[in-house]
Amino acid sequence: MKPEELLELLKHALGGLAKEVTVRKGYVEVLVDADSIVPVANKLKELGFDHVKSVTATDYPKESKIRVTYHVSSYLREDLAKPILGLSVDLPRDNPVMESLAGVWRSSEFQEREVYEFFGVTFRGHPDLRPLLLIPELAERRVLRKDFVVKEESIYEGVPHRYQ
Amino acid sequence: MKESPIGTSSSGMLEGQKLQGMVVKRVEKELYEIFIGPQHPGSGHMRIIVRLDGDVIVEADPDIGYVHRTMEKLSEVREWLKPIPLLERMTIIDACNATVPYVNALEKLMDKSPPPRASYLRVLLCEINRVASHLYGFGIFGVFLGHSTMYMWTFGDREIFVDLAEILTGARLTHSYPIPGGVRRDMPQDFPEMARRAVRYMRGKLEEYRRIFLDNPVIVKRLEGVGVISRNKAAELGIVGPNARASGIRYDVRLAEPYEVYDELDFEIPVFEEGDSLARTWIRVEEIKQSLSIIEQAVDWLERHKGEPIIPKEDYDKLPKLHKEVYEKTGRVKLLPVNATMKIPAGKAIARGEMGRGEIIYYVESDGGTTPYRVRVVTPSARNAIVFKYIVPGHRLMDLPAIYGSIDYFPPEADR
Repeated sequence: MKPEELLELLKHALGGLAKEVTVRKGYVEVLVDADSIVPVANKLKELGFDHVKSVTATDYPKESKIRVTYHVSSYLREDLAKPILGLSVDLPRDNPVMESLAGVWRSSEFQEREVYEFFGVTFRGHPDLRPLLLIPELAERRVLRKDFVVKEESIYEGVPHRYQ
Repeated sequence: MKESPIGTSSSGMLEGQKLQGMVVKRVEKELYEIFIGPQHPGSGHMRIIVRLDGDVIVEADPDIGYVHRTMEKLSEVREWLKPIPLLERMTIIDACNATVPYVNALEKLMDKSPPPRASYLRVLLCEINRVASHLYGFGIFGVFLGHSTMYMWTFGDREIFVDLAEILTGARLTHSYPIPGGVRRDMPQDFPEMARRAVRYMRGKLEEYRRIFLDNPVIVKRLEGVGVISRNKAAELGIVGPNARASGIRYDVRLAEPYEVYDELDFEIPVFEEGDSLARTWIRVEEIKQSLSIIEQAVDWLERHKGEPIIPKEDYDKLPKLHKEVYEKTGRVKLLPVNATMKIPAGKAIARGEMGRGEIIYYVESDGGTTPYRVRVVTPSARNAIVFKYIVPGHRLMDLPAIYGSIDYFPPEADR
């Protein structure tokens, strides 16, 4: 299925729910309101988008938002296997809360846990929301947010620059 | 279930003992709770917490993350090229398959495409990696099932493909082979003959594997009908790669969205219907056969197109005289300092590829700077980990190694 056909399909299925539809490199991004994410996800599932490939969050401190993107595609409908759809919501950075989509797509369950531990996004209605990869102390610090700066250590630290 | 640190436990038994990082909690009297791992239960550190009624698993909780190496965060603070050697350390046995999609994502952002010879070289190394990855998986699986002959044989035979990769790239495992726009090294002249011999040898060995392992009545008894994943269940859980294809899902990135030169090659995607551990084992054998055929086709093509460039012309023109000489005489591409600090146009891109264990997907975002703004990588094992939670319960404890081994789960890859 070509991106244009997919756009047509989405327009037809989602109607006014999509705030913004953009063709990116390798996927089509659909931005929706945080309130309408569950109905949109259900509609996409009805269309045949049956699994989540990736749940991503990106931190934009300047705009004070975190964008969560679900990259979904299809296994069972082969014509939908080629396109990837990015279903995005923008959340406020100081209190990022959204509905969990693990009830719609179970394949997103573990990855939502990842977004929770790395960005501090809370998913309401998630069956088991706790850190997946990190220890709880580290998860508290929201390490993938931009204000967590990786401290670089050098073996030369404190060594006098004798040879300069 | 409530957890409380040791010392505050209400049981009183362990009052006073403070072991850092340990938690103690009540479990129901009829259930055993067994912690399998994290001391390297198979290949890499991970833990599965299983609750047993008798020897039937009623609940399994995959507790992963022991080998998390902050790859996504580190990619954000390193220049564009440096994540290549970093990311391939997720799966050193499958390094080229892991990095090609990252490079593809950069190429999409840069609007650059590699010359055909570079694409063929990438595909050649990807397929060598795939065979090696499957053989590695078989070896671990053999150990899980107490079949040490399979372990010895496959690890010995895997060495042939590791050697091939070394001859091609200079490194046994972490090749850092693809770079945006091309590859770092051309094929040695005598490589095609070596590759053909390896392929001939491996075809013969597959028959022996069948006789000693796959048709072995003990192995068949332990795998047949164990860990069955139906087609709809597989789609619901979003599992990938040979595991999904063993459940009847006809999905392979090389078929759905052919990257590199996969659309020019002649190969089949094996699909099985059974969805049990035995089907997941057989499908890997069939995939090795297809990969061997792709290796042959790739070396044939490369032999017919000797002397074609492996980097784009505009990159070649920028090289200084000495670098051009090295490139022409030895087929090696020496990168310039300017490559390390290159800027990539702002944008968002997704690229995916088919690793030995399944689909890997990269989301790369650039703000126009010298480092990525965001790199998200989802590896096949990260997506297959959910099998432990939803497929394992209901089986007996002795079936757990069979399921673990058959989904070819690899913790360092899942934890990233």
